[in-house]
Amino acid sequence: MSDPTVGSMATTPPAEQPTVAGGTAPPDSGLPANAKRDQPRGLLGDAWMDLRRKPLFWISASIILLFLVMAAFPSLFTSVDPTQGDLARSRVEPSGDAWFGYDVQGRDVYARVIYGARASILVAVLATLGTVLIGGAIGILSGFWGGWVDALLSRVADVFFGLPFVLGAIVILTTFNKPGSGNSYVKIVSLVLFSLIILGWPVSMRIMRSSVLATKQADYIMAARALGAGSGRIIMKHLLPNTLAPLLVYSTILVGSFIGAEATLSFLGVGLQSPVVSWGVMISETRDWVRVSPFLLFFPATFLVIAVLAFVMLGEAVREALDPKLR
Amino acid sequence: MSDILVSERSEPGADGSGRPSGRLLEVDDLRVEFRTRDGVAKVINGVTYHVDAGETLAVLGESGSGKSVTAQTIMGILDTPPGFVTGGQVRFHGKDMLTMSAEERRRIRGEGIAMIFQDALSALNPVFTVGFQIAEQFRIRRGMSRSDAKKRSIEMLDLVKIPNAKGRFNAYPHQFSGGMRQRAMIAMSLALDPEVLIADEPTTALDVTVQAQIMDLLAELQRERQMGLILITHDLGVVADVADRIAVMYAGRIVEEADVHELYEKPGHPYTLGLLNSIPRIDEKGQQLRTIKGLPPSLLNIPSGCPFHPRCPMVQPVCREKVPPLLQLGGTRASACHFAEEVVNRD
Amino acid sequence: MGRYLLRRLLQLIPVFIGTTFFIFVLVWAVPGDPFAGKCGDRRCPDAYVDFMTDKYKLDQNIFVQYGSYMKNLLQGDFGETFGGRSINEIVVNAYPNTLKLALVALAVEALIGLTAGVLTGLKRNGFLDNLVLVSTLFLIALPTFVTGFVLQWLLGVKWGIAPVTVSSDVSFTELLVPGFVLGSTSMAYIARLARTSIAENRRGDYVRTAIAKGLPMRRVVGVHLLRNSMIPVITFLGTDLGALMGGSVVTEGIFNINGIGREVFRAIITKEGATVVSIVVILVLVYLLMNLLIDLLYAALDPRIRYE
Repeated sequence: MSDPTVGSMATTPPAEQPTVAGGTAPPDSGLPANAKRDQPRGLLGDAWMDLRRKPLFWISASIILLFLVMAAFPSLFTSVDPTQGDLARSRVEPSGDAWFGYDVQGRDVYARVIYGARASILVAVLATLGTVLIGGAIGILSGFWGGWVDALLSRVADVFFGLPFVLGAIVILTTFNKPGSGNSYVKIVSLVLFSLIILGWPVSMRIMRSSVLATKQADYIMAARALGAGSGRIIMKHLLPNTLAPLLVYSTILVGSFIGAEATLSFLGVGLQSPVVSWGVMISETRDWVRVSPFLLFFPATFLVIAVLAFVMLGEAVREALDPKLR
Repeated sequence: MSDILVSERSEPGADGSGRPSGRLLEVDDLRVEFRTRDGVAKVINGVTYHVDAGETLAVLGESGSGKSVTAQTIMGILDTPPGFVTGGQVRFHGKDMLTMSAEERRRIRGEGIAMIFQDALSALNPVFTVGFQIAEQFRIRRGMSRSDAKKRSIEMLDLVKIPNAKGRFNAYPHQFSGGMRQRAMIAMSLALDPEVLIADEPTTALDVTVQAQIMDLLAELQRERQMGLILITHDLGVVADVADRIAVMYAGRIVEEADVHELYEKPGHPYTLGLLNSIPRIDEKGQQLRTIKGLPPSLLNIPSGCPFHPRCPMVQPVCREKVPPLLQLGGTRASACHFAEEVVNRD
Repeated sequence: MGRYLLRRLLQLIPVFIGTTFFIFVLVWAVPGDPFAGKCGDRRCPDAYVDFMTDKYKLDQNIFVQYGSYMKNLLQGDFGETFGGRSINEIVVNAYPNTLKLALVALAVEALIGLTAGVLTGLKRNGFLDNLVLVSTLFLIALPTFVTGFVLQWLLGVKWGIAPVTVSSDVSFTELLVPGFVLGSTSMAYIARLARTSIAENRRGDYVRTAIAKGLPMRRVVGVHLLRNSMIPVITFLGTDLGALMGGSVVTEGIFNINGIGREVFRAIITKEGATVVSIVVILVLVYLLMNLLIDLLYAALDPRIRYE
């Protein structure tokens, strides 16, 4: 999933009006209003009750937690220095000493995979935060004010949405991150973040915009307006809580996509670069050795896939819990 | 032997299946439950009713009383899961439909029993023209040619008084007004000349003025074609004009069944009484509306004894313990209340 | 309809200009010598610098440059690489290969994705359903380059049942594996989209009506259910064709396909600005036109959509 913009179309359900659980059942569902639930709970409370029962949720949440710990305290998992290389043991196969073997430069693959979690997850989480905050805010403005504001912002979003994701990122990164320009770690990471966010925000914006459009017409918003609530209050108090669900689901899955996207860019040699350790960098380094030493690809790719999978699964679980139709 | 009046009507069909009883459509001690995540909801708990040719039976009840689910079970369009038939029979011309083959049952649909739904907008397929959806039946079920099917379909649209039927043949459902859509729905259901028509809240989604037109049309067509009509509704006003008999449902049971005039005059069940009293009356303007207190019971947890007892103004200790059977009261009336006589003879 | 088409076309223009301008600025106008690094590691030959400066009016402001560039481009002149190779030629050679690859990917998506989606949508919670749910989850989680490497290694190197790389004549059989790789993520989405759509529509009132009319089951499913459920799937497929061509950089790199993705990547790395901009312009144009086409297709599929 190297293109986070693709995912939005299939994984995000059309924005729906969240229905208050315990409210009226459809007229002929055969169950009276109070049959389904004894106590009315909020949408989120209800979703949480639903999530708690799902093994998918617990599995993915535990994996994510494990990766987060790995990213924060890699030394808990290994005492080997991931950058310490010894050419004498270049591409030595996995053994009892080094579970995952040694890479081309004789560095411990296990240690590198552990330390690689930090950059991969840091980039993905920060990029998701940026994307969702920027896209969400613009989406609210666009949906709430409509008219020319909406027209303008939507066209701007179209501009960035029309750019093929990988291609756009490559162009941005090669322009600002010329190879050999000796950019610092922080600068490279910020550049990767910048390119992911600038190409990713339109999707969040569209999701938010359409849920705002759907919710804006709701009776309780009309009521709030009729009672004289200001725009700011309506957005913060009424619109935001009721439109967050689709974006929340999308952002969970987006973390997964961005892990994949970071890896793809590193793989192409335009994203993070050695000496930074990330799964994408590792995979990129094995490019020429895949045929002779496939284990070099196997371990970072497996970690990468498990991490992406965990986020995608969590998103699925959350979506199912938040979407009353799927129950 | 078979002519002995069985007074206990909730007894399962004692005569077994296959024996023609002369009835057109009979529902006999039907039981349906919904197996949901939150538990098993007993939606239908022994419903028995019948309809004969040329007769209109109104099935009355609040939403959730099981009236629509009964109809869906008759048609064989119950969502399974979660819905499961756990007992009883649905006999058409004396033959149990629940045990016949799927193919046999399919042939009854449309030709034997047809159905009109509440919301014609969602019940009609949005991506096909109304004409296509009517003509389809002539083509698939009768093997007619395209042009013959079209001609017959236009006749059907004419029959339900859709103006400019020929021109409307190629229109899509969303291009019709609500009333016209319901007319098209009726035309579609009558296309194969069914013996029984089930109308599930056919006018609920319509404006009041249109409601009357549609009900008149239904009543007229029913008379002309001598169909058995099962009219499912929660609207007491609709019922009075067109129904011959009324079956009142509560919590998946029939609580009262009677001839329409008898029922309106002297209801034999406190629930029916409550329903009738809750109709606003012009001569009592200014007074508070009388309502039935409380809410319909959760079908996951139906009260012991008479399911209506928590809301019943006349509740007695026995009501909490014993389920009252649906008993014949004389005349055409049957009531499932321990104190049915007292209700009828009140004042 | 005509007015809607016109409005959409008018909307397309600012988006097209915006996107291409963005790329143009990145490639040519980021502060500094526009030729720095544009000719690989060497300094650009003076003749080239003069020629380009003149042709693209590089001594003037960015808007004039952009305007002049677009004027050339719209007349069908994509310009030349610093080596003097015509970019038109590059595009003409590479584009059909990418289109072929994208079409194979689309066919794979449609065939496998749709079949899986329809089958599982009709019969949920069975073994097949769970299999499809799990495998699509994996496909979604796998970045294209991992899928590419794994399949190349397994099918090409280890088992030797598929060519490791694609030869220069790019036949359709050779493109099967790369096409699968390129389309794998979308295939998973299609399967899920079709499954959800069918499962949702199955409970639809109009499906009940069709059953109540006594139609045979295969007609209820084949005509009434499928027709409605396929609308979102078909629109997804259409949008995806545009996206696949822009996303083929990785796949073409792995399987060594002489396509537009590889050309543009090569051009980016060697800093051939003119090539990069030209190819991106084409890709964006195709993408935008594809989306417009999908909008129109949507109207044909769903009569409820009205354009005014």
